[in-house]
Amino acid sequence: MSEPEEPLPAGIERRSFEGRSRLATRGEPVYGEPTADGWRAWDPNRSKLGAMIELGMDHGLVGGETTLYLGAAAGTTVSHVADFAGPTYAVEFAPRPARDLLAAAESRERLIPLLKDARRPETYAHVVECGLDLIVQDVATRGQATVAVRNAGFLAPDGRLLLAVKARSEDVTEKPEAVFERALDRLQDRYEILGTERLDPYHEDHLGVIATPR
Amino acid sequence: MSEDTDATNGGWFGGLDPEDDDAAADAIAGGRAEVPRDWPRLAIDSGFAADADDYYDRLRAAATRATRRTVREREGADDRQLIHAVRAMDDCERTANEVAERATEWAGAIFETAPTGIAGAREVADREPSGAAENRAVSLAARAADLADECDELAGYIERTAPAVAPNLSAMAGPELAARLIALAGGLESLAKKPSGTVQVLGAEDALFAHLAGRAPSPKHGVIFTHEFVRNTRPADRGSAARAFAGKLTLAARVDHYSGEFREEIHDDLRERIATIRARAEGTGEEDGGRGAVGVNGDE
Repeated sequence: MSEPEEPLPAGIERRSFEGRSRLATRGEPVYGEPTADGWRAWDPNRSKLGAMIELGMDHGLVGGETTLYLGAAAGTTVSHVADFAGPTYAVEFAPRPARDLLAAAESRERLIPLLKDARRPETYAHVVECGLDLIVQDVATRGQATVAVRNAGFLAPDGRLLLAVKARSEDVTEKPEAVFERALDRLQDRYEILGTERLDPYHEDHLGVIATPR
Repeated sequence: MSEDTDATNGGWFGGLDPEDDDAAADAIAGGRAEVPRDWPRLAIDSGFAADADDYYDRLRAAATRATRRTVREREGADDRQLIHAVRAMDDCERTANEVAERATEWAGAIFETAPTGIAGAREVADREPSGAAENRAVSLAARAADLADECDELAGYIERTAPAVAPNLSAMAGPELAARLIALAGGLESLAKKPSGTVQVLGAEDALFAHLAGRAPSPKHGVIFTHEFVRNTRPADRGSAARAFAGKLTLAARVDHYSGEFREEIHDDLRERIATIRARAEGTGEEDGGRGAVGVNGDE
């Protein structure tokens, strides 16, 4: 996992925390993660994007991306994104986690918190610009692929979607494989799928998807 | 797209005074657009921002302000307001129906045609009265329509605030049922402290006391019957569904009261449990009958 050739974007490094090499970004701590020399460990168990990077998926990140993050919740992952990316729009629908998101945004000058419903991009298309480099999506509602499809208009033609699909949010009784297949099918309305990988052991029954608009 | 003729093309900063922070927050919170555009460039071209850095500074300040304001507003709601709102909503609904019935009955005696119900009262309220009796009947119909409007407003208030007061309970039961459970228990804290068997029959107190007096079978569900999980489960399995649902609702109320964080797993667990219970109905006839009966016995 720690091959020297690992393609990490500018702003993400492997650093040593308590003798263990871990992914890290530079910024104020947000959720009690270990820190050292201004760097904060990025816990793949608490972050689907962290798991996708940890698993070596071909994420194509270089650093400095203008980003739309859907499902920002309390800001655990989006705070790491804002540490290495450019302007980062953080969309979260629920007011309670949004309070923690505001706290995470305080020390991050290009983290833009938006209390909006990711299923309704028309309610924030007057704020979020087009031609984005990156959409990161981690929403736990039914119709996750549809959310990604509806938000595809924000991406530049060569932009990327990094998506975590949670099988249990779609249908708890169906086999995850069947749920994932249907989600990928739906995604192909607007995206070309570049790669997929299960996020075990960090997140059970989640599929990491990397895609670009068609 | 073509109706956006000004230089800002419908962006959040269109027509804003760059110094007016509140107006900027309003624009972020309430605006909309069908398609995103290159807002930073348009903002700079229109003179709203000096450069990209200036634009993002302004945007972040406005977005943070809008988000903080909404979070505060929703968190200002507490379970006491919710209880008043749900009781007031029921009062308005009941009274609106009573007054509408009286008003339309009266109108029926005056006008040639007079429809009934709330919709009828609205129609009567719009008529031009002539004479003292018509004045009174039309005015009465207008009161019924007003009460019905207030009922809708209260429903909207509950819809908006219940998720802030009890996020898990609201996600699980829907905002209205969540508010009803809180009202029946007398508050979120007392709901959180009730055993799930009590939550299962909240709202069915008459039936419960009849049962305790030996006059009736025990009720299988109270107000939670209004939820799809219970109502749309076949009668033989409804007791099981109600018990499973009440168990998770109790858990949701406890999480809401003691932690206030949204907890995904309990919602997954419930969906799974209800799916299992409903799968019984898809079994073979023989097995189906047997398991259904066990389910009912287990609940009583």
